[in-house]
Amino acid sequence: MSARNWTSGTVAAAVALLSMQPAWSAAGDQVVIGDIDDFSGLYADEGGPGGVETIKMAIADFGGSVLGKKITVLSADHQNKPDIGASKAREWADQDGLNMLLGGSNTGVNIAMAKVAGAKKIPYFAIGPGGASLTNEDCTPYSVHYVYDTTALANGTATAILQAGGKTWFYLTADYAFGTQLQAAASKVVEANGGKNVGAVRVPLSASDFSSFLLQAQSSGAQVLGLANAGEDLTNSLKAANEFGITKKMKPAALLAFINNIHSLGLETAQGLYETTAFYWDLNDETRAFSKRFFDKFKREPSMDQGGYYSATLTYLRAVKAVGSTDPDKVMAELKKTRINDMFAKNGYIRADGVMVHDMYVMQVKTPKESKYPWDYEKVVKVMPGEEAFGPITGACSFAPAKK
Amino acid sequence: MTEVFGIPVAVILGQLMLGLVNGSYYAMLSLGLSVIFGLMGIVNFAHGAFYALGAFAALLMLQYWGVNYWFALLLSPLFIGAIGIVIERLLLRHLYKLDPLYGLLLTFGLALMVQGLLHQLIGASGQTYPVPSALSGAFNLGFMILPIYRAWVILVSVVICFATWYVIERTRLGATLRAARENALLLQAFGMNVPLLVMATFGAGVALAALAGVLSAPIILVNSEMGSSLVVVVFAVVVIGGMGSILGSIVSGLILGMVEGLTKVLYPEASNVIVFVIMALVLILRPAGLFGRE
Repeated sequence: MSARNWTSGTVAAAVALLSMQPAWSAAGDQVVIGDIDDFSGLYADEGGPGGVETIKMAIADFGGSVLGKKITVLSADHQNKPDIGASKAREWADQDGLNMLLGGSNTGVNIAMAKVAGAKKIPYFAIGPGGASLTNEDCTPYSVHYVYDTTALANGTATAILQAGGKTWFYLTADYAFGTQLQAAASKVVEANGGKNVGAVRVPLSASDFSSFLLQAQSSGAQVLGLANAGEDLTNSLKAANEFGITKKMKPAALLAFINNIHSLGLETAQGLYETTAFYWDLNDETRAFSKRFFDKFKREPSMDQGGYYSATLTYLRAVKAVGSTDPDKVMAELKKTRINDMFAKNGYIRADGVMVHDMYVMQVKTPKESKYPWDYEKVVKVMPGEEAFGPITGACSFAPAKK
Repeated sequence: MTEVFGIPVAVILGQLMLGLVNGSYYAMLSLGLSVIFGLMGIVNFAHGAFYALGAFAALLMLQYWGVNYWFALLLSPLFIGAIGIVIERLLLRHLYKLDPLYGLLLTFGLALMVQGLLHQLIGASGQTYPVPSALSGAFNLGFMILPIYRAWVILVSVVICFATWYVIERTRLGATLRAARENALLLQAFGMNVPLLVMATFGAGVALAALAGVLSAPIILVNSEMGSSLVVVVFAVVVIGGMGSILGSIVSGLILGMVEGLTKVLYPEASNVIVFVIMALVLILRPAGLFGRE
């Protein structure tokens, strides 16, 4: 065969393959799982490409197919913009036969995605966002808040610090939906336990310098520095607090910290910090086995979001298999009556408002001396039962009335 | 305690001090931008990227070759400056005859590429660069605790700013550089190698950005986004000071740092827009900037 013939033959084959693609994907002989997350911005290490990998791990562990259909994964970068997240979800629902939607970081973007998923009747699992409004004012019958929420974070970390004697609180709050919800949740816990909220300063997202805000916190005279922020903002504020000697007088409370934040900070700076998490790589043999598979690929330990992505995908696929259909109403009914048991959650369950109730772990960051091997960063202070962590149903969600 | 507007004087003094530290960065970065704009007419949008590269180079040198902070302070600007020279030679040189907009677009593209590259290399979470042991610890100023490292930043910035101002405004070399901007052709007729001067100028401006990057590495987390948010503020500083004015950059950098510091106490939510509000006012009242010539 001459070179030219060979080329044209290849092109013809490629064209034929390409033109076959839509017919094949529109046939509905596959189950489509979509993940919309921050893949390139400040939250990309919490979920991001690592999250997609754990979805694929879950599919592989499930056997690669369900009800005889192939399982496909779609992913998109929402760039922390609600309009991009919502329109991608709509596009997948309309054109790609989306069956399950996973939401990564950013509460604002996820509220927009939840609305689309609710309208299109697509089971939607919130993995990365913290805002408890997703199962309250912004709830839908198809939403599941799977990993953690601001209520659980506050109940975990704030309670632990109050019990350790930190009674007066001053907050450094990220000036957007997540930060203010987190501060409100923590303030409630502080007051309920006899503590006092002294004040707060709202810091613009991604501020370049936190020292000014920290000096204000210091002059408040509060015992606890409540950090109602996340990611890079958390690490930069902790670094500065350390540098200015503020951590000597005030106890810092990271209301949301991921293992990659601790890794960035280093134990020298982060030691002693309390935080609340749904998953830690070094909890038991199951989590270690899972994390080793992840580590081999990414050279870092998975975050709680990445653990959550894995578990949520498995949970959904098990429900589909159990009801023998991808019908959203049947799947949601099955999801809300079955207990969840895997390496991520023990005896977890999805209650009426969509919260996945499971144990949360109050952790403390180890000192450099206590850390024995790479990524040995945290120890469990308390295992908090799901009911205690997530609290009762509030009644703010229209179809899930509070229990009298 | 004495109070002004209901705020203790000690708090205000503390904020002014911190503002001075941040202003030092603004001054050093806007200085580099001003030098490049004033002498070459290039609006260098990649300045934030060079700043991030400076910090990143220091981090890599420490991790892979154990190069300490003091050598990094020297080597990183030299190395990143050399990269700047290569960029000037290969790319920017072709744009001098065109509208300044082309230079802006090119450098903006470069900035995005560098940011993407750093993101790929160190991820989104960033990494910590340790404070050198000789500069760790803190002074107690009575009204606040000032970490020694932050005082060091102010010192370096003042020295560098003064030296740059002196070289450009008071030496023969500076006079030649300014002449090259006024009339390159005439200067070339006198036997000066103008393209070489321009190349060295760009390299020096980039090296200043890299130096600021190394200085900030121990204070903030080294990550791919560190330059992109800062460069916009620094551009505002340059506009307020007067495009191309060396003294204007230095003075407005320091003053804006302090104004921003005060805003953080009086109305923290506005602290990241105050510089732009001032920029708008300056543009209305004095379009050439505080130190610019009409």
